[in-house]
Amino acid sequence: MATGTVQVRFFARYAELAGCETTALSVAVPATVADVVRRVREAIPGAALLPERPLAAINMRHVKLDAPVGDGDEVAFLPPVAGG
Amino acid sequence: MAYLTRESILVSSLLAEVAAPHCGGTCLFLGTVRDAPDDGGVTGIEYSAYEAMAIAELDRMLAEARKRWPEVRVAVRHRLGLVPTEEASIGIAAAAPHRAAAFEACRYVIEEVKQRLPIWKKELRADGTALWVDPEGRPAVVGPEGTP
Repeated sequence: MATGTVQVRFFARYAELAGCETTALSVAVPATVADVVRRVREAIPGAALLPERPLAAINMRHVKLDAPVGDGDEVAFLPPVAGG
Repeated sequence: MAYLTRESILVSSLLAEVAAPHCGGTCLFLGTVRDAPDDGGVTGIEYSAYEAMAIAELDRMLAEARKRWPEVRVAVRHRLGLVPTEEASIGIAAAAPHRAAAFEACRYVIEEVKQRLPIWKKELRADGTALWVDPEGRPAVVGPEGTP
């Protein structure tokens, strides 16, 4: 199985939990957002506190957890949004 | 048009952006930071964003509004950084030939902002503490219990 690298970004409370705003992670591709969540939760100690089903975006578009993730994609994990 | 700003929101500039000879109705919405005296008192809110995505989302929202109400002109400004109580954190102006479309388009944009815009707020309390706020307006518990 091939391996790809995704750029993971955390924001607001999730960045505080993860202890970083961005990190590069290698994942087995093809992968889904849910796979990336699992990788993040096991690879980054503080990120174990992230929800199992966080709001996510790929390349700045909201996506569901079954959305496919490819090599080079940016995957952002977004706390519940509170704009306005 | 710059959607995000760290300065006070100028209503006059929002109105100027949407003014047009064919528009006879303009709707202006301002969201302001409110105190919560029963909850310890709020002195301000610190707004942060995934800025590039917020700009892209607002582009998409305004394109959707233009598709639904082709003659409506919409301007949006969202503030980032510390916004003190009583000041506006968001301003939306929508101008249309007639008032119904102006109200509808303005309402559409604020509701989409609430659902989609990647912006977060940290409430600054009178006692000096700061708490992330979840979309229902309740302070978020930091930890697994605070998950969506």
